[in-house]
Amino acid sequence: MTEFAARDAARAGVAASAPTPARPSRSWTEIGSEIGDRVYSWSIVGFASLVPILLLTIFVAVGVAAWPALRTFGFSFVTSSDWDPVAQHFGAAPAIYGTLVSSILALIIATPLALGVAVFLSEFAPPWLRQPVAFTVDLLAAVPSVIYGVWGMYVLVPVLRTHVMPFLRDTLHLGVLPLFSGVAYGPSMFAAGLILAIMCLPYISAVTREVLAAVPRSQREAALALGATRWEVIRDAVIPYARSGIIGGIMLGLGRALGETMAVTMLIGNRHEIAASLFAPGYTMASLIANEFSEATGDLHLSALMAVGFVLLLVTFLVNAAARWLVWQTARER
Amino acid sequence: MPKNIPEPFVKLLPFALSAAITLAACSPGADGARKDSSAGGSPAAASTGASDGQLTGAGATFPYPIYSKWFADYAAKTGVKINYQSIGSGGGIRQLSEQTVDFGASDAPMSDQEMAGAKGGPVQHIPTVLGAVCVTYNLPDVKQTLNLTGDLIADIFLGKVTKWNDGRIAALNKGVSLPNRDIVVVHRSDGSGTSYIFTDYLTTVSAGWKGGPGKGKDVKWPVGLGGKGNEGVTGQVKQTPGAIGYVELAYARQNKLPTAAVRNASGKFVEPSIDAVTAAAAGVAQKLPPNSDYRISIVNAPGADAYPISSFTWILLYKTQPNGDKGKKLLDFLHWALHDGEQSAPSLDYAPLPAVLAARLDSTLATIKVGAAP
Repeated sequence: MTEFAARDAARAGVAASAPTPARPSRSWTEIGSEIGDRVYSWSIVGFASLVPILLLTIFVAVGVAAWPALRTFGFSFVTSSDWDPVAQHFGAAPAIYGTLVSSILALIIATPLALGVAVFLSEFAPPWLRQPVAFTVDLLAAVPSVIYGVWGMYVLVPVLRTHVMPFLRDTLHLGVLPLFSGVAYGPSMFAAGLILAIMCLPYISAVTREVLAAVPRSQREAALALGATRWEVIRDAVIPYARSGIIGGIMLGLGRALGETMAVTMLIGNRHEIAASLFAPGYTMASLIANEFSEATGDLHLSALMAVGFVLLLVTFLVNAAARWLVWQTARER
Repeated sequence: MPKNIPEPFVKLLPFALSAAITLAACSPGADGARKDSSAGGSPAAASTGASDGQLTGAGATFPYPIYSKWFADYAAKTGVKINYQSIGSGGGIRQLSEQTVDFGASDAPMSDQEMAGAKGGPVQHIPTVLGAVCVTYNLPDVKQTLNLTGDLIADIFLGKVTKWNDGRIAALNKGVSLPNRDIVVVHRSDGSGTSYIFTDYLTTVSAGWKGGPGKGKDVKWPVGLGGKGNEGVTGQVKQTPGAIGYVELAYARQNKLPTAAVRNASGKFVEPSIDAVTAAAAGVAQKLPPNSDYRISIVNAPGADAYPISSFTWILLYKTQPNGDKGKKLLDFLHWALHDGEQSAPSLDYAPLPAVLAARLDSTLATIKVGAAP
């Protein structure tokens, strides 16, 4: 096989077929297989580049559609809270704020739970319990988001309004903090964060479970040999080893939370306002697009919604880049 | 012997490809992306429709149940199939303007600017049925029907009246023990014809609303929570004691929601009902100028029994139909709908047009030119 074919096959990540020394005269089969190799490697390059091309075209198409709004409002598009389709003035600050806050809230609630589930399943659970519980947690990811929305609206929100919110605010006296103050309507940033936590929990726990299972046995045995208790083994030997994988799982959960639309739309209260309290209604970028896109007639209104989509793409992109960097950093530290 | 392909070329290949595709994708992107984004593949649907003489339409979701019944009944009777996509009024107007459908449908009349932008020439609005918006509330201890005025509803939705036992509410509801509860306003979060009718009414009756949020399918709500769809608003109203919201008449009737009686232009408190909505249209229809294009609002209509928060919903078609065959089919269908079709409206909780208006629309349909040179 020629140098060319071997190199291309290697580039495509596929082991080259058994190399044969070059001969002065080549058979037709040999030429045929060389052409085949080349077609193969080119098509692999083509398929692999399709994904970045797709991403790029999405960015460009949304960016072009968003341009009239971004040009009209400039930087105030992301700093203004004034979203008024009648007056044709659009500022998406509350939606950007709501997307970030509801997602971060979701992570704050979901991460400890998911880690607990994963550690329990991989370290403590008896084998007969492991599979059923893991299956149930994974099943949470399979529930359609509109089901979460309906459940949230008819079960979660009434419980939050009548029990949880008054308990946090009055019984625990957390109401002195702006975060837990104000009237508890029910639909709120808090409700959205909670439903998002449930939705991204299975992602974090599934990834964490896998990386914990991948921690070598020798790591645990070494810690045990040094006299560590079971808790110390997990804390000092297992989790640090799996750290970068766990962070990857959390970021996967965050990605899910940032883009979630239906359930959040049904629970967040859809209010263009940045409120200090988590009990107040808010808005997210995804909800805003879902709510207004189908009936938006004005050109500027449509363009503003596209601009919201563009900002959402950017935020997601930045978050993922940050996650890559974090994973890379923690992996390097080890 | 084939030479190696130069290394830089292989490396650059993905970028070259991406650049080419990006350029190809973004040149029609500015116009095309927007047009198609909400259309959901309708240009294809329209072209298949053209091949077998099938009519295509797109637009409002509110009249979809009655329209689909009409289309089914009409197909059974005449064999003419009509393909309708309920993608929302905004999408219907856009698709009609781009001539990707034979007719559009909308809960709000087209603006002059939209009319001017239609590529197929002047557009005719044909009212089909009537819708109304009910004010619903959640006051567990109040069994009587509440009386409200437009001005008071506007002030509640402006956040000026915040308690149920406010003196202005009490004055309209003597003998009703109103609770000392906060009013929780619930409005539609999605753009909708329902919001348009409701805000059109508030704009008509309240100077404060006219100078504030104004009318539209989406407005800047001063207070309250947003629910998606009639079901979202209803869900939040039902869950929250002290809540007030607004929903479609048909939805309120089917779900047996409590609805307020609203004072009409004659000073009478009228509960929402199909007859009261038709009465509102009749009051307006009698005074309609002969050259009306039917882009008319019937909120706060005259007439003792008229329910004030009512509106038409329209089918939109070009005054000059380019395709003779399809144009004739469309006119035949509309004629059937305005006479035979109207009979089935009340069974689906839509208010039929008053007879005087249906008769007048016949002469309007007769003015549509069919089969002119495309």
